[in-house]
Amino acid sequence: MVDIVIIGAGVIGSFVARSLSKYQLSICVTDRHIDAAMGASGANSGIIHAGYDAIPGTLKAKFNIEGSDMMEKTCEELNVPYKKTGSLVIAFNDEEISKIQEMYDHGTKEGIRDMSLISKEQVLTLEPNLSPEIKGALLAKTAAIVSPYKLNINALENAVRNGVEFLREHTVLGIKKEKEVFSVITDKGTLTCRMVINCAGLYADEIARMVGDDSFKIIPRSGEYILLDKSEGTLVNHVVFQAPTMEGKGVLITSTVDGNLLIGPDAKEIKDKDERDTHRSSIDYVYKKGLQTTDKLLLHKSVTIFTGVRATPDKGDFIIEESRYCKGFINVAGIESPGLSSAPAIGNHVALIVKSIIGDISEKENYSMTLEKKKYFSEMNEEEKKEAILKNPLYGKIICRCESVTEGEIIDSIHQKAGAVTIDGVKRRTRAGMGRCQGGFCLPHVMDILSRELKVDKDKIQKGDEGSYILTGRTRQ
Amino acid sequence: MIYHELIIIGGGPAGMAAAVTARERGISDLLIIERENMLGGILKQCIHNGFGLHYFSEELTGSEYAAKFVDKIDELKISYKLNTMVLSVDGNKMVYTSNEEDGYVIYKAKAIILAMGCRERPRGNLRIPGSNPSGVLTAGTAQRFVNIDGYLPGTSCVILGSGDIGLIMARRLTLEGVKVKAVCEIMPHPGGLVRNIEQCLNDYDIPLKLSHTVFSIHGKKRVEGVTIAMVDEHFNIIENTKEYIACDTLLLSVGLIPENELTFAMGAKIDSVTNGAFVNQNLETSVEGVFSCGNVLHVHDLVDYVTLEGIKAAEHAVEHIKNNALKTIRRVTVVAAAGIRYVMPQYIDITEEEEVVRVYFRSRKVFKEVSTFASCDDVWISKRRHLRLLPAEMEFIEVNTNDIKDDTVYIGVDA
Repeated sequence: MVDIVIIGAGVIGSFVARSLSKYQLSICVTDRHIDAAMGASGANSGIIHAGYDAIPGTLKAKFNIEGSDMMEKTCEELNVPYKKTGSLVIAFNDEEISKIQEMYDHGTKEGIRDMSLISKEQVLTLEPNLSPEIKGALLAKTAAIVSPYKLNINALENAVRNGVEFLREHTVLGIKKEKEVFSVITDKGTLTCRMVINCAGLYADEIARMVGDDSFKIIPRSGEYILLDKSEGTLVNHVVFQAPTMEGKGVLITSTVDGNLLIGPDAKEIKDKDERDTHRSSIDYVYKKGLQTTDKLLLHKSVTIFTGVRATPDKGDFIIEESRYCKGFINVAGIESPGLSSAPAIGNHVALIVKSIIGDISEKENYSMTLEKKKYFSEMNEEEKKEAILKNPLYGKIICRCESVTEGEIIDSIHQKAGAVTIDGVKRRTRAGMGRCQGGFCLPHVMDILSRELKVDKDKIQKGDEGSYILTGRTRQ
Repeated sequence: MIYHELIIIGGGPAGMAAAVTARERGISDLLIIERENMLGGILKQCIHNGFGLHYFSEELTGSEYAAKFVDKIDELKISYKLNTMVLSVDGNKMVYTSNEEDGYVIYKAKAIILAMGCRERPRGNLRIPGSNPSGVLTAGTAQRFVNIDGYLPGTSCVILGSGDIGLIMARRLTLEGVKVKAVCEIMPHPGGLVRNIEQCLNDYDIPLKLSHTVFSIHGKKRVEGVTIAMVDEHFNIIENTKEYIACDTLLLSVGLIPENELTFAMGAKIDSVTNGAFVNQNLETSVEGVFSCGNVLHVHDLVDYVTLEGIKAAEHAVEHIKNNALKTIRRVTVVAAAGIRYVMPQYIDITEEEEVVRVYFRSRKVFKEVSTFASCDDVWISKRRHLRLLPAEMEFIEVNTNDIKDDTVYIGVDA
């Protein structure tokens, strides 16, 4: 019996766990995947929005603005790459000019700092590579970029270090409640608890229905992206959005915290919540849309293409409340964009809801809201490199040549509390395999290290979830 | 900081040949830096034969070919660092390295030979749509799993691209009991050597589907199949030609990219077609005293040619170290003209001495019974007959420097 079961180790579940981890509560985070950040949180634009998009008065607006304000410090605490690049919403015609005016008014009403409407000339001074067709733009200096999976993984790591238990590969099959006690039935056994927090992302509606709550529905929507080589990463300095139209928010172009260039997404409803396919038509669309912003996009510089998903709530706004149908069951659902920006604020808010239900809970004697400072080897200066290798010689051994990731970093990523157990897990924690050769060189080496450190045979190593094995057996001897 | 007269980056065939040559020509203070745990480069995993016919006049496996050079390096007591990654090189010929034993070490050299080889083009660069399961890997990575680690990457596969590694792996996997269902090649002609098409596909009845590509990958966790389709002359998918092939593995043999991060970082000029450095006929890059050879310069068909290029780079690096290099009077640019995809060298430096320069090139498409020419100011200064020209096979034409009257030489196909 634990106090709380959090369903879902996405960025929301992880931040809820982190916010609650300082209290004297026993908490489990379950996820049906083998690692954190395997749903919407793992593949998105990685943008911390300034907050002018959402309609004033909505939860989206509230938590976006709060979260965005908290983000720099949170990233500092969690050792997550964060860069305050600012954002531009560009307008090509009068209709779009009035749209960005409207967004500016929304933002002003919400008290967002450092926003301004700027002229074509100002835009082109800030962003010389953008199309000369631009008429003007909304500049928001507080917008930023982060590593979305790092934010997710490190929030969970922080929570686990504070005593939260992370249960991987636990698919919730049903939930029963008897006399104030929940039984969360999973494919790996039943967990009993006093409270359940539903952070199940795309599946949040199905989880809610397990306790008789059918008050909302999650509509899965996909968005496809193109990631370009680091050689293209300086094409733009800001996150550059196109003005939202009837079709959606539009295709953005941004550098990533790792220095690549990201173009996307499109928006499409999908039937299968587990589908992450990319399509020629979508990639073509994203590229063509991107070209309207700048004609300097070089498609042959692509490193990868990928699909992200959005857990769009049927009612439009975030759902963050105790279910009206089941006491002790909290829905944190429909957290689509600006969910990443909102995550730390949502985490804290859910902790308040929990406190309001359970009553006063005292803080643990020993907890920490920070992870130790750690730079990627590739970002260290000469002295830091020397020192790191002196401390641990395995920091001298480069495994991923494209991203200069060392064996020491990979081993650390495996042995941290909520550590990597898969190739993708290592990749998202260390960047090994994320560079331009996409793991062609380091994959066998990373497999050797995983196999040695986890003490499993090499042909048991998976890319991601069960079934994604890489090798199928030995050769003829 | 540690000084060496010559530093060779990469201990594969190009680097090893360069090292042996430099030592034989009197350079005692030289160092090879290799990132893997043994010398040999990609040859280590090439256990098939067909190597050495030109250079050693005998047929060897890749590992045997490498061993001959490794033995020579040991015999000549040439020093090398294994498990050592060069993190960066700068224009002052400082080489920044890291390894487990020595930590972070900076070297400086009088001359550098770049011999880092190439990497395989990954899925993301091709933007093959579909799902993102395990079981999609490059042919070279698969080759490493099979030949070095002793593991199989799948049980049934489709190979995209008819590059030589893909063809070799088609045979290797077939011999291991893996069902190779098809090799798809987007071009209307094969990418690999004719002999490999014969010996690796035809001998095993593996279908080669020309003008075909992979339209989409299926399977959420592991590859379950691929949809292939025919393409038209502009490489657009022809809709009604789609065909589903069930398989658990997709191997990619869709091109090799010279690994020039270091070259680029030091400020050397890069050719956007070869993805290698711009060099003169001495294989010297735009950074004085820095030479490039082997697959890092441009992708070769045969290792024998890589060896020869390594030797050549070393010969000129030695001249540079001994301050014997001839002074350049003027620099001529070599340009790929009609029917030619690229040329190497991209520059010819004219000195006081007359010289016959061999300009290597690849054709854009298949030609039969044609001539290639070198022209200067619309005048042919050289001509060569070819029974056939294949994009997969490197060719050359010779140019006498005395005939070069202009500052540009064009190499083209007389069609």
